[in-house]
Amino acid sequence: MSELQVRKVVAAYDGAPVLHGVSFTVPSGAFAAVLGPSGSGKSTLLRTIAGLHAPLEGAIVVGGRVLTGPRVAMPPERRRIGIVPQDAALFPHLDVRANVAFGLPRAQRGGARPDELLEMVGLADLAHRMPGELSGGQRHRVALARALAPEPDVILLDEPFSALDASLRAEVRAQIRQVLRRARTTAVLVTHDQDEALSMADIVAVLDQGRLVQVGPPEEIYQEPRSRWLAQFVGGAVVLPGAWRGDAVECALGDVPAHLGAGEVAREGDAVELAIRPEHLTLAPVGEGLGGVADASVDAGADAGTVALVRHVAYFGHDAVVTLDLPGLDEPIEARVLGVHHIRPDAEVRVSVTRPGIAFAAR
Amino acid sequence: MSRQATLRTGVGPRRPGPRARASVARAVLTASATVAAGLAAIPLVYLLIRVLGADADAVLAALVRPRTLELAVSTVGLTAAVAAACLVVGVATAWLLSATDLRGRRAWVVVTTLPLAVPSYVAAFGWVALTPVRGFWGAFLVLTVCNVPLVTLPTLAALRLSNPAHEDVARTLGRSRARAFLEATWQQIRPAALAGTLLVALYVLSDFGAVALMRFEAFTWAIHSAYTSQFDRTLAAALSTVLAAMGIALVWAERRLRGAHARHGSSVASRAPRTPVVLGRWRVPVLLALATVPVGAVAVPGFALGRYLLGRAGTATSVDGADLVGDAATTVGFAAGGALVALALALPIGLLASRYRSRVSAALESASYVGLALPGIVVGLSLVFFSLAVVPALYQTAWMLAFAYGVLFLPKAVGAVRASVDQVEPGLEDVARSLGSTRAAVWSRVTARIAWPGIGAGVLLVALTAMKELPATLLLRPTGTDTLATSLWRLTESAAYGAAAPYALVLVAVAAGPAVLLTRDAVATVRERGEAA
Repeated sequence: MSELQVRKVVAAYDGAPVLHGVSFTVPSGAFAAVLGPSGSGKSTLLRTIAGLHAPLEGAIVVGGRVLTGPRVAMPPERRRIGIVPQDAALFPHLDVRANVAFGLPRAQRGGARPDELLEMVGLADLAHRMPGELSGGQRHRVALARALAPEPDVILLDEPFSALDASLRAEVRAQIRQVLRRARTTAVLVTHDQDEALSMADIVAVLDQGRLVQVGPPEEIYQEPRSRWLAQFVGGAVVLPGAWRGDAVECALGDVPAHLGAGEVAREGDAVELAIRPEHLTLAPVGEGLGGVADASVDAGADAGTVALVRHVAYFGHDAVVTLDLPGLDEPIEARVLGVHHIRPDAEVRVSVTRPGIAFAAR
Repeated sequence: MSRQATLRTGVGPRRPGPRARASVARAVLTASATVAAGLAAIPLVYLLIRVLGADADAVLAALVRPRTLELAVSTVGLTAAVAAACLVVGVATAWLLSATDLRGRRAWVVVTTLPLAVPSYVAAFGWVALTPVRGFWGAFLVLTVCNVPLVTLPTLAALRLSNPAHEDVARTLGRSRARAFLEATWQQIRPAALAGTLLVALYVLSDFGAVALMRFEAFTWAIHSAYTSQFDRTLAAALSTVLAAMGIALVWAERRLRGAHARHGSSVASRAPRTPVVLGRWRVPVLLALATVPVGAVAVPGFALGRYLLGRAGTATSVDGADLVGDAATTVGFAAGGALVALALALPIGLLASRYRSRVSAALESASYVGLALPGIVVGLSLVFFSLAVVPALYQTAWMLAFAYGVLFLPKAVGAVRASVDQVEPGLEDVARSLGSTRAAVWSRVTARIAWPGIGAGVLLVALTAMKELPATLLLRPTGTDTLATSLWRLTESAAYGAAAPYALVLVAVAAGPAVLLTRDAVATVRERGEAA
């Protein structure tokens, strides 16, 4: 019904090119995330979809209606596309209920619709507060209710959680995801936060320097990244130079089982770059057998793996990130492990790899 | 410089959607802003036309004669003396109010700002009525005590933002307290203090009432007498150009300083605790010194008022109540007209400057500052020439006077419009459009609704300021009508102090409004600090 199609959008900002032919489709009712570092053009993409920015080329089609296209530039007020801005942007002169009612036809503003929406976002008792009297999370929920009120075909969320503190963020994310699922509105979230994109979206589109790098479900983006850059940007992969050995890569960690990334070509002996997830590295104490200080990350073959020197340990409670110096590597690598009682800076550990890595032809 | 920076960052997110519609809106706004700026430029442009069109020999003769040089020397001398005195006293006051363990600081901020509520000619009335002080020293005294707050307030704000750590570091590196202040803190507050000083200079340059009452021959008074008593219009016009040139030079200098200030101002406000300087045995002398300026500007005229108002019972004939009420009504009417003209001219210029930043909008905004540089006497005189030559039907009508007020106080109105519209985040307008509002509906339902209180306050400020205006009013008011200011001036000039006193009282009440608005911010910041400490 309200499938969103973005077709070959080329856009410039202040004369500088920002988007270079971006295309993707969000099925009706799905939740998509556009993930990209700052400056990748994601905000421009969002403003283009909303009709707040005129692209140089390309088309925006929602449910078969052409909103932007050759000689078509429907103004934002007629697009039926709602936005939830980064700072919520509640109208400061209107109370919560009037904010939610803003987009409704005059006759419906006094009716039941605004109250239903406030009920839906769980703020029914704050209807007559002014925006200044709300907490950050409440503001975003009001902004969402306001955007949903006129029953838009598509709703756009512009980094709506980045202004919230970490503890609140997860909660508001879950609430908003739930409200959107119930409303069955097609939604596009723009964010630079990979956790946000991976945890909320049905589809993730990764944008880099104005080009889409990969579009797919979150698992696919994480497990089968199409490029070394993407492997590092999403999930912070460890990248090691090495040589391709048919089904493994010979590198500083020994012969690590691996497969080639999609579309990559390499012959035996070619120089490649191996990407491994930090959580797929395990550490074992050096010189201690099975009877040593055991923990979840200690592998059965304690003598297997490469000896590395622990530089420092960043402890997070649920897990820890250990920075290691590997012989023959200039840059240290990072491993994410569950238990770290036996790991101290300047200790030696054995590093081994539990899952196959992905190899990319070296450039 | 600072404008360039904001220009670059400001352009992006404000650019609206589909280009055709946006460009129509922009073109209409640019056209109206151009017309408004053109109207605001009439006094300056017509003055030049008048001077260039006059007999070149007569103009030359008027300009190069010992008398003009004398006037220039006295005006520049008075301006420099008052500016220097205000700089020293203002910075010292601000320092005492912010860096010492003075008790009742909030009250002292209010007291030291009170002189702003006294128009200089009202203060002059008090001194003339009570003391034999006249001439240069009289004008110097009155203008200094009235204008010190123009330096104190911005310096106080800058001191609050300055980082005391710099001074602490300088002390630990072996500087005495005074040296440390000069080398660390003064560097940070200098732009604010000097900008305030330039405002003082501008005020002294264009002041007419105080110098006239003190019988000090400054440019403004000479222009007025050349026009009214000698009927030498070419001389008046030629002198006006010189005065206008001085005003423009001062405004230019002030803008440049402000630009430099903005560049420094980006540094983070410091949260470091400030250890107050203990006054100790200096407490009493300091309190006496702080009280001097308010006494000169407020207590002396207040005493004169009290003396003549209370003593009036004996000489009841000196005041006509009906005259006072009539003048007050006239004053309010003229001022309201002027405020509306200023608003009408300011809306397109301010909107354009706030929403579509470009070289053109910046130029139009600068053009609206003409009123800041032109002394009231110059605007008045030029509009007399203009109405006589171009629109005789408007000569000495309320329309022309309202227009003069509009031009003179346009910078205040543009500032209010621009600041109020700037407050409305462009994101709000985007959201409103995505919720189905057209461009026009967004303006009426969001932008105007949020900006209106600020614009309204600006208009009120213009009206209150216009009520005190004297020199342009003297030249342009319809024959037979008087405002509070002109009546006060007329009566004081003929030494009818008892009759003048009620007018002075009402004018102080009128002027108190804007002064309270200004002080509120300063008091609020002092309070904030007190509570934080």
